[in-house]
Amino acid sequence: MGLTVDLQKEVKGFTLDVSWRAEDGITVLFGYSGSGKSMTLQMIAGLMRPDSGSIRLNGGVLFDGSHGVDIPPQRRPLGYVFQDLALFPHMTVRENILYGAGRLCRDERRVRAEELIRLFRLGGIEGSLPSEISGGQRQRVALARALIRRPEALLLDEPFSALDNPIRVEMRRLLSRIREDFGIPIVLVTHDIIEACTLADRIVVYAGGRVRQAGPPGEVLGNPAGPDVEMLVSAAGTAGLQLPAGLHMN
Amino acid sequence: MRYLDDSVLFSLRLSLQVAAVSTVLVAVSGIGIAYVLARKDFRGRGLLDMMVTLPLVLPPTVTGYYLVMLFGRNGLIGRYLYELTGWSIMFTWYAAVLASYVVALPLMIKTARAAIESVDPNLVNASYSLGHSEAETFFRVVLPLSRRGIIAGTVLSFARALGEFGATLMLAGNIPGRTDTMPIAIYTLTSSGEWTAANFMVLLLTLVSGFFIYTTNRARAV
Repeated sequence: MGLTVDLQKEVKGFTLDVSWRAEDGITVLFGYSGSGKSMTLQMIAGLMRPDSGSIRLNGGVLFDGSHGVDIPPQRRPLGYVFQDLALFPHMTVRENILYGAGRLCRDERRVRAEELIRLFRLGGIEGSLPSEISGGQRQRVALARALIRRPEALLLDEPFSALDNPIRVEMRRLLSRIREDFGIPIVLVTHDIIEACTLADRIVVYAGGRVRQAGPPGEVLGNPAGPDVEMLVSAAGTAGLQLPAGLHMN
Repeated sequence: MRYLDDSVLFSLRLSLQVAAVSTVLVAVSGIGIAYVLARKDFRGRGLLDMMVTLPLVLPPTVTGYYLVMLFGRNGLIGRYLYELTGWSIMFTWYAAVLASYVVALPLMIKTARAAIESVDPNLVNASYSLGHSEAETFFRVVLPLSRRGIIAGTVLSFARALGEFGATLMLAGNIPGRTDTMPIAIYTLTSSGEWTAANFMVLLLTLVSGFFIYTTNRARAV
């Protein structure tokens, strides 16, 4: 069970070669911009084709280079929240959410949409266009749209980077709620170590297209695999992040 | 009005009919070609792009010449059509439609392609990852978001088709009461010195075309 990723890809002099596993709960892909985190998500979603490797989700194969399996993005049971959210500007909040419902029957779609509108506190703005609502609300619409199909995993590409701090805090709380309610692997890409540490059950540290270290946040912070990882996570120390009890930074 | 005699009315009606039919064809095929050029990468893409752009820069007589070589009674395609059916498109109002179609198509493709390319690729990817096929995505995301450019391209094509002269003359000829669209009728009237009727037709064509350009600009501005 869970999401297993093993990918190789070469693009214009950049080589991505990563392998990791995500169980239920939040797995954070952490690293500098350009280390291949977003690219990994795109390949999991089927929007970019890896050169080789495999992607498995709950026992099903989404991609297998050696057996020529490449499930199209439409048929991958994933929720994907894009960095810029990619809400459809010509559709209302409700239409955006329903657009994710796919082939469910009409009543089911309606019921689920109402559920999500309640869960994400979007009541009252269902008829508004994305351009008419706040950044935090747009964020919640994107999450609702990604979740209405009940995906087997949720992919979030720097979802909170464009938000003001108080809203980010609120979003993190919401994400914890999604984590409890949906019980699926959530993969979140970020270059913000604070965000990584507050949210993650597990951190996968990316550097230059490779995985440098993977483990619970305490372990990565407390025992970095090398000076480069120490550099990467050092911002957490300077920002005065509280480590879980029993752990201390080197 | 004494100017609105039968032949003027015929030319007006024929012009509108030819422009309307060719615009429908231009819109449907133009949007398709524009989408392919904007979103697909394939061998011969550059060649296709060049071929559908050429009528924009070639003199209409040259475009018309090619069309005669293709669809004329002895043309590459026209020959077989004539052998099979005994019918040739030459000197019919269909020929005027064909000429207008080829000449107006680049305008549609250019405008629609720019509009389709301006649709954020992430929105297309989002639609795919939400389970929607390429066709569904085209109709529900790409088309609505490039609507303005496509409307502008359609109106522009209509105006161009309405004013088509050179290729039409080569292909459909100048047969009074059959293929004399307004631009061709104006040519005939001018060469035979019928200034009053010519003035009237010129004014009419200018007004109709002006109206369409005005509408296009409005559609773009909205």
